[in-house]
Amino acid sequence: MLKSVSIQAENGAEPLFSPLSLAVAPGSVTTIVGPSGIGKSTLMEFIGGHLPRGFRASGDVILDGRNVTRLPAEARRIGILFQDAALFPHLSVGDNLAFGLAAHVRGRAARTAAVAMALDQAGLPGFAARDPATLSGGQRARVALMRTLLAEPCALLLDEPFAKLDPALREELRRFVFDHVRDRDIPVLMVTHDAADAEAAGGPVVSL
Amino acid sequence: MTAPEGRLLRLLVLGAVAGGLVLPILAGLWETARAAFGHLPAIGADGLSLDPWRRLFDLPGFGTSLTLTLWTGFASTALALVLAVGLAAAMYDRAGFRGGARLLAPFLATPHAALAIGLAFLIAPSGWISRLLSPWATGWDLPPDLATVNDPAGLALILGLLVKEVPFFLLVILAALSQLPVRRHLEAGRALGYGHGVVWIKVIGPQLYPLIRLPVYVVLSFALSIVDMAIVLGPSNPPVLAVAVTRWFLAAETTLILPASAAALLQSAVVAGGIGLWWAAERALARIGRVWIRRGGRGVSAEPGLVAAGAAVTGLMALGAGALMALAVWSVAWRWSYPRALPESWSLAAWGRSAAGWGTAVESTVIIGVATTALALILAVAWLEGEDRDHLPRATWAEALIYLPLLVPQIAFLYGLHVVFLKAGIGGGIGAVIWAHALFVFPYVMIALSDPWRALDPAYIRAAAALGAGPVRRLFAVKLPILLRPLLTAAAIGFAVSVAQYLPTLFMGAGRVATLTTEAVTLSSGSDRRVTGVYAVLQAALPFLAYLAALGVPAILHRHRAGLSGGAA
Amino acid sequence: MRLPLLATLAFGLAAPALAGGWDDTVAAARGQTVYWNAWGGDERTNDFIAWASGALQTQYGVTINHVKLSDTAEAVTRVIAEKAAGQAEDGSVDLIWINGANFLSMKEQGLLHGPFLQNLPNARYLDLSEGSAAVVDFTIPTEGYESPWRLAKFVLTRDSARVAEPPRSMAALLDWAKANPGRFTHPAVTNFMGSTFLKQALIELAPDPSVLQAEATDEAFSAATEPLWTWYDALRPNLWREGVTFPENESVLQQMLNDGEVDFAMAFDPAAAAAAVERGLLPETVRSYAPEAGSIGNISFVAIPFNAAHKEGAMVVANFLLDPAVQARAQDITVLGSYSVLDPAKLDAAAKAAFDALPDSPALPSNEALGPTLGEPHPSWMTRLAEDWARRYTE
Repeated sequence: MLKSVSIQAENGAEPLFSPLSLAVAPGSVTTIVGPSGIGKSTLMEFIGGHLPRGFRASGDVILDGRNVTRLPAEARRIGILFQDAALFPHLSVGDNLAFGLAAHVRGRAARTAAVAMALDQAGLPGFAARDPATLSGGQRARVALMRTLLAEPCALLLDEPFAKLDPALREELRRFVFDHVRDRDIPVLMVTHDAADAEAAGGPVVSL
Repeated sequence: MTAPEGRLLRLLVLGAVAGGLVLPILAGLWETARAAFGHLPAIGADGLSLDPWRRLFDLPGFGTSLTLTLWTGFASTALALVLAVGLAAAMYDRAGFRGGARLLAPFLATPHAALAIGLAFLIAPSGWISRLLSPWATGWDLPPDLATVNDPAGLALILGLLVKEVPFFLLVILAALSQLPVRRHLEAGRALGYGHGVVWIKVIGPQLYPLIRLPVYVVLSFALSIVDMAIVLGPSNPPVLAVAVTRWFLAAETTLILPASAAALLQSAVVAGGIGLWWAAERALARIGRVWIRRGGRGVSAEPGLVAAGAAVTGLMALGAGALMALAVWSVAWRWSYPRALPESWSLAAWGRSAAGWGTAVESTVIIGVATTALALILAVAWLEGEDRDHLPRATWAEALIYLPLLVPQIAFLYGLHVVFLKAGIGGGIGAVIWAHALFVFPYVMIALSDPWRALDPAYIRAAAALGAGPVRRLFAVKLPILLRPLLTAAAIGFAVSVAQYLPTLFMGAGRVATLTTEAVTLSSGSDRRVTGVYAVLQAALPFLAYLAALGVPAILHRHRAGLSGGAA
Repeated sequence: MRLPLLATLAFGLAAPALAGGWDDTVAAARGQTVYWNAWGGDERTNDFIAWASGALQTQYGVTINHVKLSDTAEAVTRVIAEKAAGQAEDGSVDLIWINGANFLSMKEQGLLHGPFLQNLPNARYLDLSEGSAAVVDFTIPTEGYESPWRLAKFVLTRDSARVAEPPRSMAALLDWAKANPGRFTHPAVTNFMGSTFLKQALIELAPDPSVLQAEATDEAFSAATEPLWTWYDALRPNLWREGVTFPENESVLQQMLNDGEVDFAMAFDPAAAAAAVERGLLPETVRSYAPEAGSIGNISFVAIPFNAAHKEGAMVVANFLLDPAVQARAQDITVLGSYSVLDPAKLDAAAKAAFDALPDSPALPSNEALGPTLGEPHPSWMTRLAEDWARRYTE
């Protein structure tokens, strides 16, 4: 849930958009649309705890009744799916997933099994030892989603997750992502400038 | 997100820098200044007086020394900059240029002293070039009486400085260019009808210069105060100011320490004034340049200039390579008399005989280099990480502090610093030497590491944070491994800087700490070029091995990680 | 000798080690590492010092750490820095290879420990009578503050393949240089060897060389040096690089002789050239000789700074260097080739035999070829010569 969030560039007189309040129900995908430059990505950065230097923000981010606005990013338990996947180049596909896998899964065997299962779900069985740089765009996006979900986030942000994919792949991946996040029963917030994304998400659409 | 730990971390580093680097320099300057104004009770000089200054200005050759210093410093820096930018402009688009630039690492790694000794042998009237051409081409059976080294105008010294500075500038320029949209601007400029070279001068150059201004000042300061290379290649009667100061400090007549201290202060003023002058010239040039750009002239083609710069740099690098080769050949020669192109008899005696000597020297060089580099690397990572954690802006004033040791001439504060260390009871040991080396290694490690560090894609860090990784895990599991290559490159540069230190080792080690560089410079005042060759080869080899490791280790560790193979270096 | 005692009182330097006998000194020295600050530009000397360290280790449990200097004054500066920092003990310099101006300057500033020479058992092999070369350093009485270790004598070295008949006087040298411009030079006058060359010329050319034994006055200096400068003005344009620049020291000059850039080198060691041939550093055709009228000779000393951390060890080293067996080894052309400082009259038969058995070399000058030894002028002459030269010939 967002409460009257407002973000302003430090050198700009006007806020990027008028104060925004919105609540996202668990298991649903709320889509934010708007022209480029309006501050969609900055809003995501604010919610996730990554607001860069040079911006001032007011308002609160409330997650399951917890006000997380002052918490550092790693303590908020808000997962993000970036448009370029951001797989760590120094780790194998499996290790990328293990990096995300929640710490309460203990024991080497259990962790390996969890990673293998996630790869199966992503339709990439046996990819654990692969170099992420050798994956196709769609494969990368799926690994990134699985990595995010393995961390057991309480909410999920999707920052134009399909923008870099070609149209055919986009359709397939939308289904993959939305099926998985609905299963989790967590609130999902997506920014996009593609109307088809919003339609596929099937939730409320907020225009900035 | 406002956790104060970043600020705290940076405060800690700042404290270490201020207490460990800046304060000692100021204290050293203070001691030097006291002696410069006649206060050195140890030799019975008491109280305030201007007498040391009067004696300084009366010393024979003082004026010539000063002029020589300014001439060699400015000429070498300006020429090196023009050549490096020219070569970058000429070659930037060519395939393999960036890889080729890596080949310059050996020149960067070779300490000034070793390179100077090799170069002196190469270009001397009795040197290798003359031997290769004699007597069949020149008709010389005996070397001619030509001033090709130690010439009164300091041309050989300028040449030596160029061989070292052009590669340094090239690497700095390459790093800076990677932050600029060079290709787009080139295309845009050429589409508007400007020639390739003119776009470089009018469009790329003005964007590039602010990014490399600090390294330019560092090189200028260095060239204005160089000692070891000037002893070997520069004129000797009188020498450049920094050499004269060193000689006066070490003269048999102990009261010369007073005018020497005054001259050491003057040396700082020369550097400060030199940088000021350069800055003023920058301004004037920028103003003229803007007028020129507004006129919109598509201008003459700059291509011949670029070709000339390319040829000159190639020539310089060939000289550098020849110098290193000459040292290697000498180290395995027995007799090599003029005008033979190669030694008439060979021997490994120089390596065998001095083995005990160079063994210890290699050992202490490595210990000091590794300790200093580790210290500098930890400080640099802490500094940059502090910046990241608190989203702190780049603190320019604090960075200026870091670079202070590179801008203040060593000779101005080392004698005083030695006295300060002795007073604190820590003089004359390897610890003092490591500390003094760290003064000069830390800034170079910062220069090498900060750009790749700041260029790291923040998405990785955000992704890690979104996955619940705290700051410590983000640092050790994500940042450091991804940045392994620039980290090791910075370490190799730091190691090379440590290996090359001459005056700090000499003053702080009280002569007890013998490194390859102090031994090589001492031996270069001796008659056995073969033994000098052994030391100089080792002196060049150690940093070179460090560079190889910096290239090789990440290549092996990340051999299955295509995403890192092009990594910033 | 009352003077040393006075000096001790004046400088307020206690010398506890001297109170006991030599055995106490040797006992205290055991386990010490002596930091010997000595010019490191000569590999033979470096090797000799390394050998001495091994021998001392076996005999006395004393180790030498050779601090290699490019100039002796470095060590002097170091001791001054320590005094400036108030470090009156535990100094970093234990022993210095020193003489002439450096010695005078350290002695005048109270930077030396001593007197200690008379406590060394091997001092009995020295000629300690007043005015003997072993107790006078550049006309300055050493008063026990230095111990001799090697003999130095000025010689010129020529390549006999290029210079068949060498000039044997300064006047003849000028004629030769005029006939062969650019083929002769001397080390920079800031360097010991360079100023020694000027002193050698001064002794030959001065109207009355006896004034050189006393401290130089303005009047005496200008009278004595006038012919020298006339001679030098004529010589300089015919020097290598027309006398605009000079080699840093005699080692660089020797290298230039080897490279064929010049035809002469000079040394303060009659055996230097022979040893260099032995090591492949000079062609086999080089020969050393001294000017007809004789050449400047002096003895190199070792001294102990007032704040040395290992005074006992330093004295054991100084004593070791005076051992007849060590001196004979130093004189061996294959080792160091440095002439003995001992008084032959005081040696026993075994020691004499050791000296007689030493090998010979064609590049080694005979005693006749070396001619008489001339005493060093008072140090003030050297300082003034260097200053005046710099004023006249620095552009």
